[in-house]
Amino acid sequence: MQIKSQKTFFSGVMFTCVGAAFALGATNYNVGSAARMGPGYFPLIIGTLLTVLGLVVISSAFTIKTADGEPVGKIAWKPLGFIIGANLLFGILLAGLHSFGLPAMGLIVAIYALVVVACMAGANFSMKLSLILATVLAIGSYLTFIVGLKLQFQVWPTFISG
Amino acid sequence: MTDLINNLSLGFATAVSLQNIIYAFIGCLLGTLIGVLPGIGPTATIAMLLPATYALPPVAALIMLAGIYYGSQYGGSTTAILVNLPGESSSVVTVIDGHQMAKQGRGGPALAAAGLGSFFAGCVGTLILAAFAPPLTEIAFKFGPAEYFSLMILGLIGAVVLASGSLLKAICMIMVGLLLGLVGTDVNSGVARYSFDIPELTDGLGFIAIAMGVFGYGEIIANLARPEDEREVFTAKVSGLMPTKEDFKRMFPAVLRGTALGSSLGILPGGGALLSAFAAYTLEKKIKLKPGEVPFGKGNIRGVAGPEAANNAGAQTSFIPMLTLGIPPNPVMALMVGAMTIHNIQPGPQVMTSNPELFWGLIASMWIGNLMLVILNLPLIGLWIKLLTIPYKWLFPAIVLFCAIGVYSTNNNVFDIWLVAIFGVVGYTFIKLGCEPAPLLLGLILGPMMEENLRRALLLSRGDWSVFVSRPISAGLLIAAVLLLLVVLLPSIRSKREEAFVEET
Repeated sequence: MQIKSQKTFFSGVMFTCVGAAFALGATNYNVGSAARMGPGYFPLIIGTLLTVLGLVVISSAFTIKTADGEPVGKIAWKPLGFIIGANLLFGILLAGLHSFGLPAMGLIVAIYALVVVACMAGANFSMKLSLILATVLAIGSYLTFIVGLKLQFQVWPTFISG
Repeated sequence: MTDLINNLSLGFATAVSLQNIIYAFIGCLLGTLIGVLPGIGPTATIAMLLPATYALPPVAALIMLAGIYYGSQYGGSTTAILVNLPGESSSVVTVIDGHQMAKQGRGGPALAAAGLGSFFAGCVGTLILAAFAPPLTEIAFKFGPAEYFSLMILGLIGAVVLASGSLLKAICMIMVGLLLGLVGTDVNSGVARYSFDIPELTDGLGFIAIAMGVFGYGEIIANLARPEDEREVFTAKVSGLMPTKEDFKRMFPAVLRGTALGSSLGILPGGGALLSAFAAYTLEKKIKLKPGEVPFGKGNIRGVAGPEAANNAGAQTSFIPMLTLGIPPNPVMALMVGAMTIHNIQPGPQVMTSNPELFWGLIASMWIGNLMLVILNLPLIGLWIKLLTIPYKWLFPAIVLFCAIGVYSTNNNVFDIWLVAIFGVVGYTFIKLGCEPAPLLLGLILGPMMEENLRRALLLSRGDWSVFVSRPISAGLLIAAVLLLLVVLLPSIRSKREEAFVEET
C-alpha cells in the first residue's frame, strides 16, 4: 500500500476529521426524529455523510493514478506566519486585550503594525518602504473610513484620546 | 402590457428626480471605489456603506444602495479580472477567463465586456422583473419546503459538477460548508450549536469573514510562497479599452444566452447570481469554438461576458423571491432586506399591493443604478486600472489591511478579525490540498436554509422521507439532480470533463 496522491490522502483525512467532529458534536444536542428534528439531526446526518465520503477520498488516494504522487509540498511558514500575525496584531492593537490589561491603541497604530509585519512576509523587506506604505495607507484609511464613511473606530490610543 | 407600462411609469415617476440621480451617482462612485479594492467584495462594500444611507428618505436610500450594489459588483469584477481575486462567489468564474485576458493585455476589453454585458442583462432583468413578478409570485408560492429542499440539492449538485478537480472532493467541500453554516443558534430550538460558549459564535460564522479569510488571506499566502516569476499578479499592460468588432460579435450571443439563463435561474430562491454565473460558463464552454477563437481558460471573451450577464440578470430576478417571499437568495440581498427593514419596509407579498410606489420605484432605481454604472464606469475604466497597476509588494499589505478593517467594520467586533485569521490558515490549507473553496461558500449560505426546509418538509409529512419523490415538482428536481450526477460520472464524459478542466489550468 502506497499513497499515490498525498494531496488527496490528506484532504480525505481533513474531511473525515471535520465530519466526525461535527457528527460527534451533534450527539450533544437533541437529535429527535425525522418528523420532529432536533438541533442535532441535520448536523448528525451531514457529519456522518462527510465522514464516510472522507474515508472514500482516503481510499481513493491509494488507487488514483498520478505522475508525481501529488506531494503537498513545503508549507510557506514565513508568509503564513507574518500575514496571520499581522492580522492578529491589528486586532489586538485596535481593540486592546482587556484580559491582559492591554489598552486599545487605536486604528493608526494598528495600521502601522499590520503593514510593517505584513511587509515582512514578502521578499526583500525594507523598513523604510514599509513605513512609507503604512503612512500612505494610514492617511488613506483615515480619510476614507473615518472622515468619509464615518465608521465607528477608535483612531488614537486610549491614553491620548482618553 | 398596459399594466406593465403603468407600473413602470409609476416607478420611474417615483425614482427619477435630480436629487435621486445624484444619490445614484454618488452610490455608484463610492461602491466602485471601495469594491475595486482587492479582497472587498460587494457584500463587504454594501455592509460598510449601509450606514451612509440611514438618514435618507426610503426611496433615495434604496436608489443609493442600488448604485452602491452595482458599483461594488462592477468594482469586484474589475479586481477579479485584473488581480485574480474574486471578491464574491459569483465572480469566481469570471476570474478564469477574465484574468487570462488581463494577462494578455486585454484587461480593458474584458472589463468593457463585463460592464456592457451586465448593463444589457440588467435592462432585460428589470423588464422581466416588472412583467413577471406578479404571476411568478404564484408559481413561487406553489413551492413547499420539499420543493425548496430538492431545488437546493439540484443547485448544489449543479455547482459541484461545475467545480474543477475531483468531484468527490467538491461534494465534501460543500458538506464542510453546510456544517460551518450550522454554527450558531438553531432557529427552532434556540440551542447554540458548536459555539463553545463564545457569545459571538451564537450568531453564526460570518460569511464575510470566511470569504475574506479563504479567498483573501489564503490566496495572498499562497501567492507569496511562489517564486516571484510564477506569481499571479497583475503586471500586463492594458492597451485599448474597447473590445474589437470581433469581440462584440462573439460576446453578443454569449450575453444573450447568459441573460436568458440568468433571468430564469435567478427566480429560483437559493440559486441566484452564483448558480447563474456557473451555469452560463458551462453553457459557453459547451458551445463549439469558432475557428480562430481562443479556447476557454485561456482568455475567451465569451467566458467573461456570459457569466457576467447571467450574474447580473440573476441578481435582478432574484429580487422576485426576495420581494414576494422575503427570502434573500444571497448575502447581498440579505443586506438589502436589512436596509429595507431599517426604513420600515418589511419585504414580502404585501409590499407590491400596499406600497406600490416603493415597489416599482425600487425596480426603476435598480435600472437607474445600472445605467449610472455604464455612464460612470466605462469612461473611468482607465482610472480603475491605474489603481491596480500598483506592484504586488505594495498591494498585498494593503489587501491584508482592508480585509481586517472591512471585516471589523461589519460588526464592529474584534472577534471577526480572529475569525479571518483562522480562515486564512484554513484557506491556505485548502490550496495546499488542492481543494476548490467555491463550493464551500455555497454550502455555507445554503446550510441553514436547507436544514430549515428539510425540517419543515418532514414535519409536514410526519417524518415520511418519500415526500421528496411523491410531490411531482420535487421529484422532477431530484431526478434532474441525479441525471446531472450520472451524466458526469459516465466514463466517456468523465474523461472529457477532466480534459476540459485540464485545459483551464
